[in-house]
Amino acid sequence: MSTLEIKDLYAAVETKEGRKQILKGVNLVVNSGETHAIMGPNGSGKSTLAYTLAGHPKYEVESGEVLLDGQDLLKMTPDERAKAGLFLAMQYPVEVPGVSMTNFLRTAKTEIDGKAPAIRTWTKELTDAMKQLKMDPKFATRSVNEGFSGGEKKRAEVLQLELLKPKFAILDETDSGLDVDALRIVSEGVNRAKAASDFGILMVTHYTRILKYIKPDIVHVFADGHFVKTGGPELADELEETGYDAFMPDGSSESALA
Amino acid sequence: MTELHTNGPDAGGGVEAPAAADVEMNQYVAARGQVNEDKLRQDDEIIGQFGDYTYGWHDSDAAGEAAKKGIDEQVVRDISADKHEPEWMLEMRLRGYRAFLDKPMPNWGVDLTGFHADDFKYYVKPVGKQAATWEDLPDDIRTTYDRLGIPEAEKSRLVSGVAAQYESEVIYNSIQEDLKKQGVIFVDTDTAVREYPDLVRKYFGTIVPPEDNKFGALNTAAWSGGSFVYVPKGVHVDIPLQAYFRINTPNMGQFERTLIIADEGSYVHYVEGCTAPIYSTDSLHAAIVEIIVEKNARVRYTTVQNWSNNVYNLVTQRAYVREGGTMEWVDGNIGSKATMKYPACILAEPYAKASTMSLGFAGKGQYQDTGAKMIHLAPHTSSTIVAKSISRGGGRSAYRGLVKIVDGAEGSSSNVVCDALLVDDFSRSDTYPHVDVREDDVSMAHEATVSKVSEDQLFYLMSRGLEEKEAMGMIVRGFVEPISRELPMEYALELNRLVELQMEGSVG
Repeated sequence: MSTLEIKDLYAAVETKEGRKQILKGVNLVVNSGETHAIMGPNGSGKSTLAYTLAGHPKYEVESGEVLLDGQDLLKMTPDERAKAGLFLAMQYPVEVPGVSMTNFLRTAKTEIDGKAPAIRTWTKELTDAMKQLKMDPKFATRSVNEGFSGGEKKRAEVLQLELLKPKFAILDETDSGLDVDALRIVSEGVNRAKAASDFGILMVTHYTRILKYIKPDIVHVFADGHFVKTGGPELADELEETGYDAFMPDGSSESALA
Repeated sequence: MTELHTNGPDAGGGVEAPAAADVEMNQYVAARGQVNEDKLRQDDEIIGQFGDYTYGWHDSDAAGEAAKKGIDEQVVRDISADKHEPEWMLEMRLRGYRAFLDKPMPNWGVDLTGFHADDFKYYVKPVGKQAATWEDLPDDIRTTYDRLGIPEAEKSRLVSGVAAQYESEVIYNSIQEDLKKQGVIFVDTDTAVREYPDLVRKYFGTIVPPEDNKFGALNTAAWSGGSFVYVPKGVHVDIPLQAYFRINTPNMGQFERTLIIADEGSYVHYVEGCTAPIYSTDSLHAAIVEIIVEKNARVRYTTVQNWSNNVYNLVTQRAYVREGGTMEWVDGNIGSKATMKYPACILAEPYAKASTMSLGFAGKGQYQDTGAKMIHLAPHTSSTIVAKSISRGGGRSAYRGLVKIVDGAEGSSSNVVCDALLVDDFSRSDTYPHVDVREDDVSMAHEATVSKVSEDQLFYLMSRGLEEKEAMGMIVRGFVEPISRELPMEYALELNRLVELQMEGSVG
């Protein structure tokens, strides 16, 4: 049983127009086995929350705490956070030309586990996971994310999630850019990985459709840098009906931004 | 003459990221720039530690200390006389010497204002006679080679023949019996002048004439050592021929001269690797490599060079390719103070093919001006240039290339790809692609990209558990991979290790 605690987190980013505060007092507790959906309008800062938790250097934490089983994540580099058990499935996974997926996955697994995986079981585990995600075996020899379609990138992220077995998984808009079939395959991968290692999930999403496949226990509405409403799965249905306008600052609306 | 400067992210290159994030990232990167001063200091410390660096030793140097600095006609005559050369070779040297005097210093490419020909030694002769086995070598020289791992390579028969050049004289040379039986000649060029005078005279200086360029002229005047390879018709040398050489004398010019002749339908892969110790005064390496690829023959010439940071590396490499022949240059340039090197291919007859794959790594205080030249003189000739460069610590790398297709070379094609990787914000990369096409029926493609190791790439790999240094190493190795996969295994490993060494201190 693990716990991820976010306490009154404030974070900012430097922009051309100067420093901009994006996270404004985020509080959240996630336990192993729980699935939290974090929903909100574009620009509300939900992806910033995901990247801040994982330690992207662009975002500067102003105050607050993030504890994973009592360990202070904010004092750690991104690789240390990963080793502590945090995984971020990115919305825009980055290409690394010339580095094969096989090499990358084995290196990552070795770093996270602190030892190289046994060759025989590792190969089988990798092959099985790829098969279930309906990935071409040739995929393993391609360069990391290079020339991948949107769907392939998301599958590759979920493949890593399955293989690296974190304590907490942050899924940043994992549903974006996927057609119905791909969404189902990717979601099933997440569910399989969760069934195997019972991690906690923070699922950042704009739309409710992924919630049909990955059932949230708790749904949060995130707006203007913090949580504004929390409820059960029924809150997602409500959002489906009403949209985010009720949670937007005065004078703006989601439809107006679009 | 067109000059295209590509600084910063270019069309078709770079790393995908959302546009807004790009802007924010640039801001972030600018702030990080201040940290770079500290990194430079770290670099200095690392360079200071190079005493422990595997290739950073140097041996006692009784022969080198005695040699005289500077070059004049008498030095040229002395070199020739000492080698008991025929008159025609002395004439060739003198032509080179006169051309060296006549030709101005290049006013383009690397900064040569600190270059003074009189600062260098032009002929150093370390041992009296050529050794036949490793055991015959003097102790200190053998120790040097042991540290380079040559005997191991020899024992495990990774190499089919080893010509190890120590200072100006090739002192060790061996070739396996089966190659000899096939009629393959693999000797140092001095020996070739004595033992195969007709063959050498027929080809020497025909591809790179004495008057070709200033440093080529200097080589012609003062050359010593290098390899001579002749592969008879139809012979396929299926293991790479290798030559190791080193500079071991401060201020000593290294002017090896290599001549490779691949007769009709033959194949040979020649591998040149060199490492040089660190010295406080400037050294000069001005080599010439001439290659003749006869009809339907194929030659691959691979170089992995790691000169110390005070070496001027000014090399002329050129191949003449006949009908249906194939020439491949694979070139890794790491280290040196300044490198000017543009492997060239003259595609003289129909269906000749050529490719150049090169990697330049410019670290602090280094300027790698490298590229390729492809001259299409006949119909249906094709060429490919893949040039990759890495710049870091304020280093500067440039691709300088020429593709020339003459009138009448119909159906010819050329494809040029230049990829530059900038590791930080204060290094530099330039592209100077010269194209001269006088024929309509040709296909030409040129693609140039400049990319930066982005914070997003580092973050992505780090978020998967890799430490920053390891993540940076993985990105750079990935960039180099298209070149390193072309190398024999042991050289690929060496190249990766050299690149990693060069990357030390690049992350804060």
